[in-house]
This record gives sequence, C-alpha cells and structure tokens, in this order.
Amino acid sequence: MQRKSSLGNKGEKVRSDCFMELEITESGGLVVDLKSKVSALYGEDIRKTALDMLTYFGIKNALLSIEDSGALPFVLSARLEALVKQLIETEKEFLLPLIEENRYSSFKEKFRFSRLYLPGNSPAMMINAGIHKPHAIILDLEDSVAFDKKEEARYLVRNALRQVDFYGAERMVRINQIPAGLADLKFIIPHNVHLVLVPKCESAAQIVAVETEIGNIKTLTGVDNPVFLMPIIESALGVEKAFEIATSSDNIVAMAIGLEDFTADLGVQRTLSGDESFYARTRLVNACKAAGIQAIDSVFSDVGDMDALHTNVKNSKSLGFEGMGCIHPRQIEIIHKGFSPDPDELEKAKKIVNAFLLASEKGLGVVSLGTKMIDAPVVKRAQKILDLAISLGMISNDWRKEYDAK
Amino acid sequence: MIRNAAGRYVPTELNGEKQIPYMGVGKYIPSGTKHAPAIRSNSEFPEDGNKMVSSLKEALQKAGLKDGMTISTHHHFRNGDLLANMIFDIAHELGVKNLRWFPSASFPCHAHLIPYLEDGTITAIEGSMNGPLGKFVSEGKMKSAGMLRSHGGRYQAIQDGEVKIDIAVIGAPTADVFGNANGLHGPSACGLLGFALADSQYADKVIVVTDNLVPFPCIPWQIQGNYVDFTVLVDKLGDPEKIVSGTTQITKSPDRLLLAELTAKFCDAAGIIKDGFSFQAGAGGTSLSVAEYFRAIMRQKGIKARFARGGSNKYLVEMMEEGLVDYILDGQTFDLDGVRSMAQNPNHTWTSPFTSYNYHSKGNFAQFVDVVILGATEVDLGFNANVVTHSDGYLLHGIGGWQNCLFSKTVIIPVPLFRDRIPVVRDEVTTLCGPGELIDVIVTERGIAINPLRKDLIEKTRDSGLPFKTITELKEEAEKICGKPSKPVLQEKIVAGIKWVDGTLIDVVRQVQS
Repeated sequence: MQRKSSLGNKGEKVRSDCFMELEITESGGLVVDLKSKVSALYGEDIRKTALDMLTYFGIKNALLSIEDSGALPFVLSARLEALVKQLIETEKEFLLPLIEENRYSSFKEKFRFSRLYLPGNSPAMMINAGIHKPHAIILDLEDSVAFDKKEEARYLVRNALRQVDFYGAERMVRINQIPAGLADLKFIIPHNVHLVLVPKCESAAQIVAVETEIGNIKTLTGVDNPVFLMPIIESALGVEKAFEIATSSDNIVAMAIGLEDFTADLGVQRTLSGDESFYARTRLVNACKAAGIQAIDSVFSDVGDMDALHTNVKNSKSLGFEGMGCIHPRQIEIIHKGFSPDPDELEKAKKIVNAFLLASEKGLGVVSLGTKMIDAPVVKRAQKILDLAISLGMISNDWRKEYDAK
Repeated sequence: MIRNAAGRYVPTELNGEKQIPYMGVGKYIPSGTKHAPAIRSNSEFPEDGNKMVSSLKEALQKAGLKDGMTISTHHHFRNGDLLANMIFDIAHELGVKNLRWFPSASFPCHAHLIPYLEDGTITAIEGSMNGPLGKFVSEGKMKSAGMLRSHGGRYQAIQDGEVKIDIAVIGAPTADVFGNANGLHGPSACGLLGFALADSQYADKVIVVTDNLVPFPCIPWQIQGNYVDFTVLVDKLGDPEKIVSGTTQITKSPDRLLLAELTAKFCDAAGIIKDGFSFQAGAGGTSLSVAEYFRAIMRQKGIKARFARGGSNKYLVEMMEEGLVDYILDGQTFDLDGVRSMAQNPNHTWTSPFTSYNYHSKGNFAQFVDVVILGATEVDLGFNANVVTHSDGYLLHGIGGWQNCLFSKTVIIPVPLFRDRIPVVRDEVTTLCGPGELIDVIVTERGIAINPLRKDLIEKTRDSGLPFKTITELKEEAEKICGKPSKPVLQEKIVAGIKWVDGTLIDVVRQVQS
C-alpha cells in the first residue's frame, strides 16, 4: 500500500489554496509541519483541524506538511480529506456543516440568463463568485479540471456546496461526461445541488443513467430535494438527438449548446458571426421550445471584448435563447441587460399587470385590456418580466405608484 | 508608557526624544515659533551664481557630512530612485557612521541600504518603510526605532523643528547651475518636486543633483535656487520606467471593480457627485476605477468637477481634457500622461505637502475636497484604520498623504471584507493610523457600513437600495467565512512610532516574533 502522497497547489501566484504532503508512518504519533501566510492569525486553528481530521480517519502516526497560501477552512479540509483517501480506504466523510445560507431551493421556471463557470479545483474563484450576482454558478468538474486533479476537485466542490455562500445563485455542478461522470454524483447530490449539467450529451440513455444514479443516491442518503438537469449538446449527433434528449426526463429544465466542441466536431472554426453553428443553435432552440424548457447559449470566450459580447447576446436572444454561460464575472451585467426585457416589452407588461390589479381591486373576475381579454398565463408572464426588471433595478418595486395608466 | 487619547499605549520618549501622546483630533495646540535656518549672505556663494561642484561626494563633503547627521531625500523617483543609494554608498566609503535617513518615503529599490543599516552607517530611518526595509525594521534589526509620518506630518515636523535636517539632497530631473529645479523635463522626469519643498526651505545645507542641466533660468522653478548651497551633475538619477509607469491600467479584477462600482454608487446616492464637486482618488487599483465610474456618472449627468486632487494619471488627465474636471491639483504624477499634462496644461497645477496637507498652518487644501477614496490594510469596529502594518504585525507600507486626506468632507475606504483568509474588518486594528471619527464609510463587496456619526449620509442613502450593514455585521461575516483570528503575539520592543498629523504619537509598532 502507498504510504506517501501529496496534492493541492502552491507557488507565488496561488491564493486561498494550499499544498499538502502526507506520509503514514509506523510510530512517532501525528506530526504537522505548517508553513502558512496566515500562521500568526490561524496557525493554531489549522494545526488543530489537521490533527482532528487525521484522528477522525483513524490515522495515529503520520507526517503532514502543509504549505498554506491563505486557504479557507473548507479548502483545507477538502484537501486533507482527498489526501487521506489517496492512502487509506474508508467510507467515512469529513463533512463541515451545510451553512444556513445554503439551504435555499430552486424551481423550474427560474431565470437562467447567466451561469458563471467556476473551475472545480480553483478555490480562489469560488469564494467571491456569488457577490457578482449571476443567476447561477457552475462548479465545474469537467473540462476546467486536469485529469489527474479530478478526484481532489470532487472534495473541493462538495465542501464548496456546503460552506460557500453563493448569495442566492442557483447552485449547479457540471459533472464529467457519462459514464465517468456518474461517479461525481455522490459528491454533490446530498449537498443541496440544484442542477446537474450533463456535458457532451448524445442520447436519452445518458440522461436516464444520470437519473437512475441520482435516485439511488437519494434513496441511500434520504435526501429528497429536487435535482434539475441541463444537458449540454456539443456534437453533431447531439444536435440531431436534441428533442429526444430534451424530453428524456421531467427534471430537465433547460438545455445548452457548447459551441467549442461542436465546431470541433464539425471540423470548422468558430466565428464571431456564428454562421457555422446557425443550424445547430436554431435546432436546439426549437427542440427546447417544443419540450417546454429553456434554451441556453454557449459561453462567449473573449472576456476582454464587451462590445462583441453585447452583440452576441443580442443575436442569441433574437434566436430564442434565454441565457448564456459566462466565464468572467464582468460578463454577467452585459448578459443580464441583453436578456432583460426591452422598454417596449416592459411597458406592455406594466399595462397587463396594472389591468389585472385594477380588476382584482374592483373584484372583477375577468381581466381585460381595451377590448381584449387577458388570460392568466399572460398575466403571469408579464409579472415575471416585471419581477425581473425589478431585480435588475430597471424599475422600482413600487413602479405602480408612478404608473400612469393611459 | 502612557495611554493616549485613542487608547493606545505609547512611550513619552522614543529614540531619546520627548514624545507628546496623541490628544485627539485638533486637541494639541502647538506654541512657539517655527524652525529657522541660519541667515546666509550672497558673499558666501560664488559671485556668478554658479554653485556647481564636481561630484556628489564633493558636495556632501563640502556640506560637512559627518557622523550622526540627518540626511533627507525624496521619493519622487519612486522605485526607480538611484540617488539615496548613491548618497549612502559615499557615506559608507567615507566611513561616516550613525546617520539618520529622513526620506519622504522608501521603496523596495532601497533594500540596497540594508547592509548600511547592519554596519552602522545608518542607524535610523524616519519615513515610510516599504517592502524589504519594513521587514528588516519589523524584525527588530534597526538600531533605533523608525518614525512614520504622513506627507503633511513630514512638512510639519521639519517646519516645527521636530526634525532638523543637516543635509537635504534633492534629485532634480531638470536644474540650472544656481539650483533652480523642476521635475517636468529630462530623462528622469517625474512631474513635480513638492515633497522636497520643506527640505529646501528649512535644511541647513541643500544639494540639488540633476542629470539634465539647462542654462539659467530653469523654468519653472519648482525648487528655488535661492535656497540651494550646491548643485551637482550626475549621469543618471533614476530608472525612467520605474519612476513613472508608461501607462496606467485600470484593474481587471472583478472583485475590485465591484468595490469601485459600489463606492461610486454610494457617492451618487449621497448626492456627492454634483456640479462643481471635488474628489481625490489614489493610484491604487480600486481608487483608479472609482474615478472611472465617477467619469461615467458625470457624463451621464452632464456635470463637471471643480477640481480633482492627484496622484494624477492618464485617466484623470483624460477627464480634464474632456472637460469633466476644471483643475487637477497634483501631489505626484504616476504616469507619463500626468507628466506631459503638468508640463503643458496650466490647469494641471503642482502642489506641495505645505499647500495640501500641513496641519500646522492656517488651513490646507484637503479641507476643500468633497470626497476622498482611500485604502487600508485593516479597519475596526470603531471605524479606525491601519495603513502601515499587516495583521501579523509586519510594517510594510507608508502613510503617504493618507492621514492628511482624512480631513476631507467625506472619507470612504473601499476594502475587501477579507484578503485570502485575513479578515480586513477587525475588533481592533493592529496599528492605529487614523481615528474612526474622521472615517465615514467602509465599502466592502459584501456590504457598506456608514459611521453612525454621519447621520446625514445615512439619511441621504436610506432608500438607495445599496447593501448597508453595520460595521459589526461586516466583522461577523468576515469571521464566519475566515474563522475567528487569534491575536498575533508581538514582542515588547518598539520598532517604529506612528505620528499623527500634529506631531503627536498616535501608536507604535512592535517587533514581530521571528
């Protein structure tokens, strides 16, 4: 059996992370050698956590060296647990509390304009992700994590789901491609993940496999919060199967397209105008609308070019997409603005909701605007537009005070 | 040791000099007269006005360099300064000992002087200690305690005779043989020489060193040759690329941009950004971006500022050239656009610590500034702030004009709630540099706390929708994320004193555990 191993990150540029090396020894008890940027303030705390964890996993003799660049507790314990499990076999998990702020749930119709990708093995990017107010965050176990870092990333993502406050963003995880990605699920399902992204999806069977595994984990752990799914279509075959995939589970709330892989599959360059993926995108939008779910566009990868992003979002919205991935927090605001109601839409929504409220105030059962009757779903959609406009600061909460119903 | 008005224990004597404990803002009223250098006669100087000597070494020798003297230099060449190192190389070569170095600030390039601190050439530094020198001092390796002052406090200390300068050496990007000098032109151009003004007026001997000698008259004369004893021509005063940056770049950090955006939104909500207002924003990443957000708001409202206080840079210059700012009152230029503008645009005016910051005078310009955006390493529940030490006790930064700016009408400190794992909002700051009664708003990415003393600001921004929290809530949130920090264990030995703007001692820095 292996006696010594190491993991984590160190170096000049590494922040909020740590590197650890653990050697299991025959005697001498537990020895912790700590070098930390924050030792004056947290040295004792880090040592105590390390000793408590080693003891928890039944390790009595070991040398642990830690090079800490200011890692938060959820990072330190994720690193150490992953390291311990490289050396010993155990079913035990060292779980930090699921903080109160993280116990919220999501719902199917939630707006998903922006979803911010966070590489699953890079804690520094996770910590402040929520303050930029994306509609969703994605803890990514797939393409942004190097192959030999997959396992340690799972612990980090699990701990982040329990301990990092994402300030109300929908909590998503992108697992690895099926079948490998099935093994990711037990690290996320019990920890209030709201939505699982299934990458490089090419068949309904893959979704069924994910659903089955989620069901098994739920039964085993007794968790029963809903877990939504968002397949990502990233190949020619996937595009052809779009509708079949979109309708393969009631838990699918949205479907996205991944254009980097798709264009590679086609053997063409991805361009700004996107002519090469026009068919795929419209096909995907159509499949989503037919299935009654949201259509989500690919990320825009030039984080320096905000004007091009703006154009891209406008095109995307005009094709019927209802959201887009982002890889930098500064993209969020532009994406939100782009997918937000435009002034005409907003005026119309105000008119409808105002008419509805006037009718309720007068005790009328039927809502009409001019000579037109208004159905309940129309009011609901109009109210959603207003809610969104309020949440984006476009109109005030009591817009009706100033509203002149002419 | 005595407990000063801020509750800090400070000695009544440091480095053999009597200290007045901090008494509160505006409480200490000085008496007596200003320091007066000896009266000199034209007859003691060359008849033709040519004060050139052959080398810096000769100038220092003629100025009477000897053991125990106080030598002053300035930081307008920033990390590109070669002059201070040259001076102490000469002192070392001449075997002079026990010097006190009195720079307006030190930079990492001055790590060159550490061997001279070890061998007794220099025994004390009074001035900000950045980077390697700060580490050296923090670890208790300097023979005397350091003394940190603000830019205004440095002027005050010289003027009041608290620090008597034996030899002031002024690096001048352009000068004439008489000693008239400016910072606008030449290979080492840095903009202005305001930090050297007090030294020229009050030092016993004044040496102007230039690498760009022009025929009399050197126009404009930011430093007047009438104060100067000797002039020297050298090959090179500084590394131009380290003196001013070629281009100033706005931060790309999304977290800092968010802080800047929140700060600007707060100012707007508080009604500060109105026609004819004034502001000061430093050159740090966050401050620089605040000015950019101001610019967008001003454009949108169609208003302009009467003046901006610099640190000037490309962005501030662009705002003036665009007509958004009438005047730049500049304390130091941070990039080539700032230097160019100051040389060409009469509305880009150079100032000095006397006009802008000196507390022992009949008022200063900081009082006119509507809003100032400042940094801090830590703030605490009393809105007190620290700018010199890190939370582990290491002295790594200077005060700069920070303390002086606290007298502006609204003082805002945008800081992250925590850096890596270090909470920035603390129970009590490690080192007190600015009393909380002068600090109005702490902006963090997770909430904004307004000092309860500023009821007017609380009232004006009540309905702004901005994320307000109490300072205690911010502290608790930081500790919830980072864990509750232990108090770092420091040694008894005092390694530096922190002066308030009036020359009283507001706090001390103690040696760290090595």
